[in-house]
Amino acid sequence: MKLTVWTYEGPPHVGAMRVATGMTGLHYVLHAPQGDTYADLLFTMIERRGHRPPVTYTTFQARDLGSDTAGLFKAACQDAVDRFQPEAIIVGASCTAELIQDDPGGLAETMGLGIPVIALELPSYQRKENFGADETFYQIVKALAKPMEKTERITCNILGPTALGFRHRDDIQEITNLLFELGIGVNVTAPMTASPTDIANMGRAHFNVLLYPETGEQAARHCEKAFGQPYTKVVPIGTGATHDFIAEIRALSGSMAKIDTDRLRQTWWSRSVDSTYLTGKRVFIFGDGTHVKAAARIARDEMGFEVAGIGCYNREMARDVRAIAKDYGLTALITDDYLEVERAIEELQPEMILGTQMERHIGKRLGIPCAVISAPVHVQDFPARYSPQMGFEGANVIFDTWIHPLVMGLEEHLLHMFRDDFEFNDEAGASHHGGHAPKPAQTKIEIAPVAVEAAQGGNVIWLASAEKELKKIPFFVRGKARRNTETYAVEKGLGEISLDTLYEAKAHYAR
Amino acid sequence: MTHQMTPPPALGCRTAPVLKQRGQREVFCGLTGIIWLHRKIQDAFFLVVGSRTCAHLLQSAAGVMIFAEPRFGTAILEETDLAGLNDAHTELDRTVAQLLERRPDIRQLFLVGSCPSEVIKLDLNRAAERLTQLYAPKVRVLDYSGSGIETTFTQGEDACLAAMVPVLPETQERELLVVGALPDVVEDQMLALLAGLGIGPVRVLPARTIDREMGVGPNTVFALTQPFLGDTHAALVRRGATFIAAPFPFGEEGTTAWLAAIAAEFGVSDATFTQVTEAPRRRARQAIAQAAAPLNSKSVFFFPDSQLEIPLARFLTRECGMTALEVGSPYIHDALHGPDLDLLPAGPQISEGQDVDLQLDRCRAARPDLTVCGLGLANPLEAEGLSTKWAIELVFTPVHFYEQAGDLASLFARPLRRKSILGAATGLREAAE
Repeated sequence: MKLTVWTYEGPPHVGAMRVATGMTGLHYVLHAPQGDTYADLLFTMIERRGHRPPVTYTTFQARDLGSDTAGLFKAACQDAVDRFQPEAIIVGASCTAELIQDDPGGLAETMGLGIPVIALELPSYQRKENFGADETFYQIVKALAKPMEKTERITCNILGPTALGFRHRDDIQEITNLLFELGIGVNVTAPMTASPTDIANMGRAHFNVLLYPETGEQAARHCEKAFGQPYTKVVPIGTGATHDFIAEIRALSGSMAKIDTDRLRQTWWSRSVDSTYLTGKRVFIFGDGTHVKAAARIARDEMGFEVAGIGCYNREMARDVRAIAKDYGLTALITDDYLEVERAIEELQPEMILGTQMERHIGKRLGIPCAVISAPVHVQDFPARYSPQMGFEGANVIFDTWIHPLVMGLEEHLLHMFRDDFEFNDEAGASHHGGHAPKPAQTKIEIAPVAVEAAQGGNVIWLASAEKELKKIPFFVRGKARRNTETYAVEKGLGEISLDTLYEAKAHYAR
Repeated sequence: MTHQMTPPPALGCRTAPVLKQRGQREVFCGLTGIIWLHRKIQDAFFLVVGSRTCAHLLQSAAGVMIFAEPRFGTAILEETDLAGLNDAHTELDRTVAQLLERRPDIRQLFLVGSCPSEVIKLDLNRAAERLTQLYAPKVRVLDYSGSGIETTFTQGEDACLAAMVPVLPETQERELLVVGALPDVVEDQMLALLAGLGIGPVRVLPARTIDREMGVGPNTVFALTQPFLGDTHAALVRRGATFIAAPFPFGEEGTTAWLAAIAAEFGVSDATFTQVTEAPRRRARQAIAQAAAPLNSKSVFFFPDSQLEIPLARFLTRECGMTALEVGSPYIHDALHGPDLDLLPAGPQISEGQDVDLQLDRCRAARPDLTVCGLGLANPLEAEGLSTKWAIELVFTPVHFYEQAGDLASLFARPLRRKSILGAATGLREAAE
């Protein structure tokens, strides 16, 4: 038993739904109790989809348990096939149905439905959403795709995008265009946009582009083995990665076509004089492994940030993220416990978080700006505008997204210079963000010394004058200043922090 | 009593045939009630004993994550718990100890059963008794089921309140007990109205904290503010309390009828009743008249969701000029819903339970001006050109009693106002794909 407040990933059958909902002509018959239909709203509300996910829930109740839940499953399965006339169905159980062991796959196969029936075994009490999507896509490909003659011109499949994916909709378009510029056609994009017939034709491509290892790697490996299709290892998020991706595609395809990089503004934007205020900003990165790996590279090599902490919530990616962390001189935080992430952020006091919607809330609580780089998704992650993460346009989008939460250039200096301005101060937040009306100035100044439990166990006391001075430091660096000063005091064996200690520490940590 | 009420229709819906179908139900399970109950009862923590799905539902159903340290969580069952490698009760005790250590402010702990915990027959009642002995008097531990195999959406609140009834102390006092979780502001308005009528003492279940809990006994009379409290009703009757049947307090008419039923029980004079209700009734009528203009002569179709459907259909037809085509409810209890069904003019198809695909067929054929449905259906129907009202908003918004009557009408009117302002989009279906 594990006590959980918020989760980064849903159960594995939600992953299967992401695959089914992204596809066309496929239906998912899910053995599940009433209430599991909540998952429909993820797609209709968060993603604003205009049709219901292609999922039929058997909706068993307590009174059915002693009698014939298997019969209920078969009836629901037959109704779904009759009503929706899919080209193929996937069948499986949600967490509760897994316990009653009706074997939906076996039942459906005996029904003579006349269409392919793909049975899913998704262990709800061990695995999670990304595994569910990856496994479902793999089973579909394994069942439907057969070796075929390759297309005459060089083509590839794009693997991994699903419904409810973080910017998958726009990434597909960006990468399809990029491949087009390289003279490579896309045979099938799957699971999102593909029908079972399309899946059957996957073997015609010369190689595969794996955009999302979380949801497409098993299928990519299968295709490599079964159809001799190599797959790409670079995920083209960020300028450097996009260049590497192009090189990888050239090696796989022999394409020599030139790429027009006129649209790529990110490289100049981060080299323009305004962006010196980004240099050395300490960022904490957390999300799914793929996006975290990409973000780490962009943060350090393309924005000039200092990566202060890094981690991911999907254990499947732990090895990769640990390797990157080592390269950055850090220890990776691999956890799906958001309280643990919150503690890490509180401890590190970064100047910015690159995280998920969960970290955005953590940041809100701790007063640290946050840009969202990864699922779990929120309605805000489905903007009306074209907003990819991948390719050159993706690099532009990421630049804009990441700097938006920050207090910019000269504004930062002005906040330093005139800290007590009644309407332009800490409490007001960055001026380009709404909803931060200045609160009335506080007349009461706390002067009680504050005891701090220092990391090494000793007690450090903040003297009133130092505490007051600390309050004058702008909010976006105050946490770091407090922590640095305390660390400094402990290192020097000081029992209390005076005004001098504060400035000694500042000089000590100056960069 | 005569309070210038609109007369009931010649033929109501109480005896109308009910269409009962069985199939896929597009509804939440009872766990969803935790979303509002954990804010309403301020010293309570709701610990769901369930799966990752339960945890995911709670954070998805809320639509927004309440990151201000929610007073709910999920003890997620793992492989080892199911394989019998761990003793589930020992694990639960450990989890509760961990929780109470982190939240020393908790005075009431609800162990909430889920589909998986019920299928593996984890006896939470026994666990609650054991933990109560362990943590009494500081923490009281109760259990109820919010599982999808037992409960539909708002029945979770019913199960929670019903679990509290047996542990309320015995009293011989003649007291009015008002049952149902209301937004604090609405509850205060209600208490002010009852105080104005000279009715007291008035107790409210659920109380905001355990210290404000009431007794119950043979002289207790109780009224319900929510139409989904069937089990709580039965539990209170078992304790000897007397139920005041009335239409539910939605709209001017519903509120007046509800208050009138209580006033009659407590012998409040007509003069007092008129004096207390006259001004708010006038305000409510005015507000409804303003807000409901877009609803007049329009048709409405209810998918089953919260059991609020019948009282709301009564409000929309009798106070807002709408015509009901179908009124679907997950469950219909005559004792609770009868007074509203009496007032609802005959005509609409009354349905209980759901086969969602068949009901969608009926809805598409009927082409109602407004469809009241859950979040899973709303955008798909909008994309087909049907205006919808998300049913869940009716549970999450202050809509009861006089001062909210105009707001209630506005909730239904807004989708129609939007449609008239924006017009029909061309290529809407494509954009929504």
